[in-house]
Amino acid sequence: MTASTHPETMAGAAAPAQKAPARKPPAGKSRRSGREGYRINWWLTALMLVASLTVLLPLYFTVAMALKTPEQIGTGTGLAWPSPMNWENFAAAYVATNFPRAFMSTVFVTVFSVLGSLACSSLVAYAIARNWNHRFFRGSFVYLLSAMFIPFPVIILPLIKQTALLGLDNPAGVVFLHVLGGISFNALLYIAFVRSIPVELEESARMDGATTWQVFRKIIFPLLAPMNATVGIFAFLGSWNDFLLPQMMIADPALQTLPVVQMLFQGEFNTNYSLAFASYLMAMAPTLVVYILAQRWVLSGVMRGAVK
Amino acid sequence: MTTTSLAAEAAPSPRTESAGMPPVRSKSRIDPTYYWMVVPVLALFAFFITLPALVGVFFSLTNYAGYGDWKFIGLSNYVNIFKDPAVLQSYIFTFVFALTTTVVVNIVALAIALGLNAKIKWRTGIRTVFFIPMVLSALIVSFVFNYLFSNTLPVLAERFGLTPLATSVLANENLAWLAIVLVTVWQAAPGATIIYLAGLQSVPAEVYEAADLDGAGSFRQFLSLTLPLILGYLVINVILGFKGFLGTYEIIVGLTGGGPGMATQSVAMRIFSGFTGGDYAYQMANAVIYFLITLLISVIQLRLIQRRGVSL
Repeated sequence: MTASTHPETMAGAAAPAQKAPARKPPAGKSRRSGREGYRINWWLTALMLVASLTVLLPLYFTVAMALKTPEQIGTGTGLAWPSPMNWENFAAAYVATNFPRAFMSTVFVTVFSVLGSLACSSLVAYAIARNWNHRFFRGSFVYLLSAMFIPFPVIILPLIKQTALLGLDNPAGVVFLHVLGGISFNALLYIAFVRSIPVELEESARMDGATTWQVFRKIIFPLLAPMNATVGIFAFLGSWNDFLLPQMMIADPALQTLPVVQMLFQGEFNTNYSLAFASYLMAMAPTLVVYILAQRWVLSGVMRGAVK
Repeated sequence: MTTTSLAAEAAPSPRTESAGMPPVRSKSRIDPTYYWMVVPVLALFAFFITLPALVGVFFSLTNYAGYGDWKFIGLSNYVNIFKDPAVLQSYIFTFVFALTTTVVVNIVALAIALGLNAKIKWRTGIRTVFFIPMVLSALIVSFVFNYLFSNTLPVLAERFGLTPLATSVLANENLAWLAIVLVTVWQAAPGATIIYLAGLQSVPAEVYEAADLDGAGSFRQFLSLTLPLILGYLVINVILGFKGFLGTYEIIVGLTGGGPGMATQSVAMRIFSGFTGGDYAYQMANAVIYFLITLLISVIQLRLIQRRGVSL
């Protein structure tokens, strides 16, 4: 579900603003003169290719392990490619982790964390940015920023008690925390962006009788598209991969998310590595596929967030 | 200690302003809708973030075990923490780890950024590969590396006659933390690389042309031009990185679980243990100290930023 809806919204939203990172003229150091054009540095290319093995090897290893039988794993380093390939691991892992349920739980957390982050952060940022001269809104901004200085371990113990008391020790509670925990950073991104939108754009709509809600929904929110993409990507990656909050907060094991479910294979008595790696691969695959398909937009979004 | 008082205290009501403030537009009427956009979020924020923090500070002054009765015991938790060798060890580990990782991540990330920014073939493809770790779950990545460290590496080491590595590094008290550094670098380098790439692309090409005319070599250009010009980005990376690495949790869980013994137990892991270990109040005191330390570091770093005139 996420895998199909998310990249589209990301792609559609980010497309107009997609320009900066990739297409800028390279300002590398090995330039002889501007006139010689694009002289490829083959040495460096080779070096980078070799270096990229540090990323590719663990991935190759994961795939190879996931396709082995327990006997094939018993010997050697595990780096050899399995033959014959054993596809049954995936089916077994699917059953062992109750994959559909963990997957749906993760999708639930991710979808609502992304939607909640987009809605809450942009609303707050719009109200604050447009009333910057008012003490209440400026104060709110400072207050929300304060969360950036509170490390998570500091609030986690009381928080678990509190959410348990409220019956929020479930994926819904995790969503709440994702949205609220991300507001500092997200609002910061949005406020800078809202400021760059001229107020005149809203005024004509107001002349025609639009309310503040309508102005936000019809004019501001669509204009925020590049930032929506950035915030959405961060929220997506953050909530899909999050381990700490679900592990600590979700009381019912049946509602656990994919990363936490992988703990299953860490038991003392469990040495079925092929099963474990098949399961890891199934948990990693969605973000990996989304990233590879939409890497231009993901990178430009993250870039936009990083340098703000 | 209610939610409303919290929100009100942190965000002073408009009425409190009177003396001395320049008459900005704050008197003009504000559409109530704006309040509706902010106040519910503020209330939830206060309830889910600020309230737990305050409750935690309160309980750090008690002997609460996480269940049952408790009574107020003043600062003795804090006194005891300073005398606790296990806590001290976790702080030493966490700081040594965070410092090392920050240095290594920045060197690696800068190197990758320079490479990706140079005139290489297949730049898009190589870039795609280098940023993959950013989108993967740190925990699962650590599980994969766990196997590599404890099974693959020893077999390889034996084959090449490297006996010191023939046993798992994760089971070695003195080496396990290096494995954690390595996986953290693997996971964190892409984020830092992105920031460096942004920095490198903000450097105008003309300065290099001028340096070329003056006869400066590549290395000289890097030291005298590139590095000073991207210093602000380096500061950002160091700040974001160091603070993040102080809170490392997932990678340690996936690799060593804090072991062997307690050799790789981070402060965050110690604090979390307060929930199962029955020393809730004690670990809350630890959390407060941890908070003050990170706050101090943030303030110092912000000062440095301001002096450098970098805007975040």
